[in-house]
Amino acid sequence: MTDILRHDLVIVGGGAAGLRAAIAAVEADPSISVALVSKVYPMRSHTVSAEGGAAAVAREDDSLEMHGYDTVKGSDFLGDQDVIQYFVEQAPRELTRLEHWGCPWSRNEDGTVATRAFGGMTTKRTWYAADKVGFHMLHALFQHSLQFDRIVRYNEQFVTKLLVDGGAVRGVTALDVRTGAVRAVLGRAVILATGGAGKIFPFTTNGNIKTGDGMALAYCAGVPLKDMEFVQYHPTGLPGTGILITEATRGEGGHVKNSEGERFLVTRDYGVGTKAELGPRDMISRAIVQEIQAGRGFEGSFGAFVHLDLTHLGEARIDKQLPMVRELAKIYAGVDPVYEPIPIRPVVHYMMGGVDTDIDGATSISGLYAAGETACVSLNGANRLGSNSLTECLVFGARAGEHAVGFARGTGECNESALRSQTEEEAGRIAALRGKKGGGEKISQIRREMNDAMESGCGVYRNASDMASGVQALAKLQDRLADLAIEDSSLVFNTELVAALELVNMMDVARTVAGAAQLRDESRGAHTRDDFAARDDQNFLHHSLCHFDAAGAGPRIDKKAVTLGHWEPEERKY
Amino acid sequence: MGDVRNKTFVVTRFDPDRDEAPRTQRYQVPVQPDWKVLDALNYIKDEIDGTLSHRWSCRMAVCGSCGMSVNGEPRLTCKDALDQYGDTVEIGPLANFPVIRDLVIEMEGFLEKLKSVKPWIIRAKEKAVEEGPLNQSPEQLEEFRKFSMCINCMLCYAACPVVANEPDFLGPAAIALGHRYNLDSRDEGAAERNEIFRGEGTVFSCSYANECTEVCPKHVEPAAAVNQAKLNVLIDWAKGLVLPRGGAQ
Repeated sequence: MTDILRHDLVIVGGGAAGLRAAIAAVEADPSISVALVSKVYPMRSHTVSAEGGAAAVAREDDSLEMHGYDTVKGSDFLGDQDVIQYFVEQAPRELTRLEHWGCPWSRNEDGTVATRAFGGMTTKRTWYAADKVGFHMLHALFQHSLQFDRIVRYNEQFVTKLLVDGGAVRGVTALDVRTGAVRAVLGRAVILATGGAGKIFPFTTNGNIKTGDGMALAYCAGVPLKDMEFVQYHPTGLPGTGILITEATRGEGGHVKNSEGERFLVTRDYGVGTKAELGPRDMISRAIVQEIQAGRGFEGSFGAFVHLDLTHLGEARIDKQLPMVRELAKIYAGVDPVYEPIPIRPVVHYMMGGVDTDIDGATSISGLYAAGETACVSLNGANRLGSNSLTECLVFGARAGEHAVGFARGTGECNESALRSQTEEEAGRIAALRGKKGGGEKISQIRREMNDAMESGCGVYRNASDMASGVQALAKLQDRLADLAIEDSSLVFNTELVAALELVNMMDVARTVAGAAQLRDESRGAHTRDDFAARDDQNFLHHSLCHFDAAGAGPRIDKKAVTLGHWEPEERKY
Repeated sequence: MGDVRNKTFVVTRFDPDRDEAPRTQRYQVPVQPDWKVLDALNYIKDEIDGTLSHRWSCRMAVCGSCGMSVNGEPRLTCKDALDQYGDTVEIGPLANFPVIRDLVIEMEGFLEKLKSVKPWIIRAKEKAVEEGPLNQSPEQLEEFRKFSMCINCMLCYAACPVVANEPDFLGPAAIALGHRYNLDSRDEGAAERNEIFRGEGTVFSCSYANECTEVCPKHVEPAAAVNQAKLNVLIDWAKGLVLPRGGAQ
């Protein structure tokens, strides 16, 4: 008999957005029962790896209008302006709330919360806790959430499918990784908060768990994925591993230099103006790639790189403001940034796109919500500003939590027998995968080829022919998934089975990125075309929507209007 | 890139559905010079034996997933360089925990311990969000900052001689976390937590072996936290606020 667990609200993902949604839900209605389902333990969520800070207006020389303008300009005018306005208004409240919940924000001498400079931001508005901001935010949220007995955690449960009946979501099926059981977790509303999908690329700051699961779940259930072509390359990752070296290094005054020791963001015109190293990420990543292509990079065993020089900041400042950067550089690059520059190169970091939601986090399926990097509420448009995403998880996690509770209250009983049979079918599908001989295709091999197709087709610079090759390669790889072999037939903690399910998810997500990129014949934000160098508002000032095709033909893509009204689109020049 | 060097990995395997007891399996891995222990495990998983189970994610020493026993010592495997070891490296699950499978240990008990110290800000009256953040000087932050750095990797439990004998011992990370909130100028819950700390199997069970501090990959110094927490309970006792009980010596 299939096990059925019953709650009012099901949240998939235990990072910043999922935890914030859970807390908002139980605060909105203390009688509600929330299932917090995560494929890991919440404190392992990738929020933990965020380093530099979270943005919210805090200083007298700042304003909501300025934060909003910086964000919409950073987005290359593809962000929805109502969303941006709501975000900047709520941001200070959310970061204050986290302060009340114990987040150890760094402080000014007078005891007020300190802020630092960040890329594309006009003034210092990035709140920080040294350079371990994601870690501290995640642990503060997780620890705060432990006091609510109405938040029931299902740890290490991999959600395999959304249960949809009569056009409304009614819960999820989840594989209990430690026992192998597939169960239904029913709820009157479901929030997806599973983070990004950086692992579709070979070289990424993202942890192993960032496989786009929530995006794939929504997509396969019929919700479109929006703006998937916009993939953020962070300018400063360690060669080889891709480990993130935070933008706060530049916020604190670090310099980016080429092999001639030149601060090329100052000396050459890369569009960042006087912002120099504090330009937005898309522009700085392009500048680094161009420097390397012009022969002004360093050659290393993991490819070409440039230098991030912090030596002039001094040991005391580095240890106080950037202790984790020092630790990471020493352990993973063998350099001590107090004395030597850090080798860095652009690295896949963040998905601007995701599950298409409205400002409440609601999707096109009744009762289904999404928040955080999984979602595309259209805050970030074509390029996210650093330190907006941690705040986004809080602002829109809370809003999705509140709205999902409101929705759940007004929802009637579900048809449990229909959901039970869907779950049994899903359990059968999963059982058939365990120990499956298939056609002998290896997970690691297909993953590698998918990664290569994404890197060559959807890199910092893109062109029609490379993208076409990428799209074709992905279609073939998706066919090969049918021949996947899974050696491990054990029920208990079968991580090979989980890796196979993740690979299936990643392939769907990868195809939307490549498919949407191929149709955008312009350069906007992080989507940069060699063959269409200019932004084209006439034809492309719109979101792209990828719809799932059950026959396997790849995404069907159409458009959605951008919400304008407050800021007139203008040339993006700094 | 330097020379690739073959090493033998002797990995503990255990599948409760198939094995009566843990066994070991040997793998030959071509190790790159810059590799960490985790890289070798991932190589085994991807290229040699898909049935090996281990936890990992961030591979940058902050998510806390990949704690294991390496040559008998608790290590965070994504941080642990392979070049410090010889031609044979033994990898097993963290000691002092039940094993679910292979290198994966049971951590539900640890989660319960964390929750039991009330690791959240307790205030008689919550400040309204509209009133803005609470003030905290850099010195006040420094009071607890170190103890807020725990990544829950549980190496300290694997190293702790008290946990080895007394699995219910609250243990280094949980005590350090409770103590972290006690030291936070924004918190008013110290009396409640000291009530917990004076109970059996908590701070007074610590034998001050200091092993926890020595193995901690994030320099949290849980042994110092435990010692300070003991003292605070005694001070509360001296003030007549609580009575010591349990294992007080």
